[in-house]
Amino acid sequence: MQEMRIVFAGFGGQGLLFAGKVVAYAGLIDNHEVSWLPSYGPEMRGGTANCSVTLSDEPIGSPLIMDPNNLIAMNQPSLLKFEQDVTPGGHIFVDTSLVTRLPERDDVEVFALEATNMAEEAKLKGLANIVLVGKMLKETGFCSLETVEAAIRKAVPPKKAALIEKNLQALKIGMEA
Amino acid sequence: MSEKVLMKGNEAIAESAIRAGCKFFFGYPITPQTELAAYMAKRMPKEGGTYLQAESEIAAINMVYGAAAAGARVMTSSSSPGISLKSEGVSYIAGTDLPCLIVNIERGGPGLGSIQPSQSDYWQATRALGHGDFQMVVYAPATVQEMSDVAYNAFDVADKYRMPVMILGDGMLGQMMEPVELPEPKTELPEKPWATTGHGNKRKKNIANSLYLDAEKLARTNDERYERYEIVKANEQRAELVDCDDADIIVVAFGASSRIARSAVRAAREEGIKAGLFRPITLWPFPVDALEATKSHAKAYLSVEMNMGQMVEDVKLVVRDSAPVDFYGRAGGVIPTPVEVLDKIRQIKEGLGE
Repeated sequence: MQEMRIVFAGFGGQGLLFAGKVVAYAGLIDNHEVSWLPSYGPEMRGGTANCSVTLSDEPIGSPLIMDPNNLIAMNQPSLLKFEQDVTPGGHIFVDTSLVTRLPERDDVEVFALEATNMAEEAKLKGLANIVLVGKMLKETGFCSLETVEAAIRKAVPPKKAALIEKNLQALKIGMEA
Repeated sequence: MSEKVLMKGNEAIAESAIRAGCKFFFGYPITPQTELAAYMAKRMPKEGGTYLQAESEIAAINMVYGAAAAGARVMTSSSSPGISLKSEGVSYIAGTDLPCLIVNIERGGPGLGSIQPSQSDYWQATRALGHGDFQMVVYAPATVQEMSDVAYNAFDVADKYRMPVMILGDGMLGQMMEPVELPEPKTELPEKPWATTGHGNKRKKNIANSLYLDAEKLARTNDERYERYEIVKANEQRAELVDCDDADIIVVAFGASSRIARSAVRAAREEGIKAGLFRPITLWPFPVDALEATKSHAKAYLSVEMNMGQMVEDVKLVVRDSAPVDFYGRAGGVIPTPVEVLDKIRQIKEGLGE
């Protein structure tokens, strides 16, 4: 597998840490080396809650990603903050329900989708995060659909088990976008 | 073999401590160790143990003192400024020869500092966490799995030598999640005939105390304690060596910074630079024997730390004048990057003039 260095960035409450956890669990299920590192404290203020997730076949050095090859950006400040860090040939997934100015770089692949609107129309409010994971899965094939589905089942806490089905639906919407 | 789960470093320490038979946790909240105490609050009551949020750090460490004297497996956790507040109690615990576990998930300092990751309490942990002559065994895990492993074993080491053990982590290791395989719960714990559990008129009373008004007697307790420290030094040194066998340049780094150093060493090798990583797992006792063995071939050493250069002194005490010892670090909560460390390795390589 090509090493996946993914930054999930957006507002607090958009489920970015959870989306990162789903991807990390997918890596665990597929027996890759995995790390998940959240931002915490004052750097979360000002609209850029984020987490770094690495899936690799080598032991992972720093879990703090300085050069992501995948970026999921769910608001404008996050896109501005991380756009230039993405390595050439990398992927940027943008929620255009919330981001108005798209990346201008031509050395990266940009996938723009109205994830928040798509989730709301499907009565899956708050699951734009997983819609974007679905899109990333489709475009990068970092693991199988079955693996991500199993990861969702692991990542959703037992008390919220009712949300598993909705997460799986959101994933499909992203895969089809 | 149990199934691997994703856990934060803070949570892995807590769960593994419980599985090691820890029955008492006394603490006071502080970032970035919050999840450790929160996990204990949730789990301890279900295990028949006690989680207690004290009114202050000073109260918490004195509760640890009491529970340790009564023979319980007990721990506390905090982050840098909170650990400073606990230092008086830690000295009392060491002076009374009691076992316990203290976890420091470091943040930037000095003072209230920042809440971002740092390793600037190295001196405090290895030299003097409190007044008087004493040492603690200090572990510096570098992965969530290792945080689990050292927490599970820490109580055995503390009980064996009757001394406090510290796990020195930082905000990055505490907050990050990695897959971890948790250990089986310990069922047999060592007897503690010295514990103050009530003599019931059946034996001589046990006393837990660090006050000796007779100077000669106090001197003897210090001498005895330092004889024990020599045994600890002989038995408990731990280090991981990566590509050190033929290395010209040995990067010495522990905990979070060793992960960054590992990436830099790997990149240096790809450029044809013979670099290796020496990673102390115990900071006290410092793994002098394993480092000494690298002197036969290493031409330069580089200490990489998230502070202004504290461990570099321990490296120099071993290397002496056999090779130059350089330093690279960032302090205050800034995490150095692999590229910065690689640049430093390249500079050292040029300086060697080959």
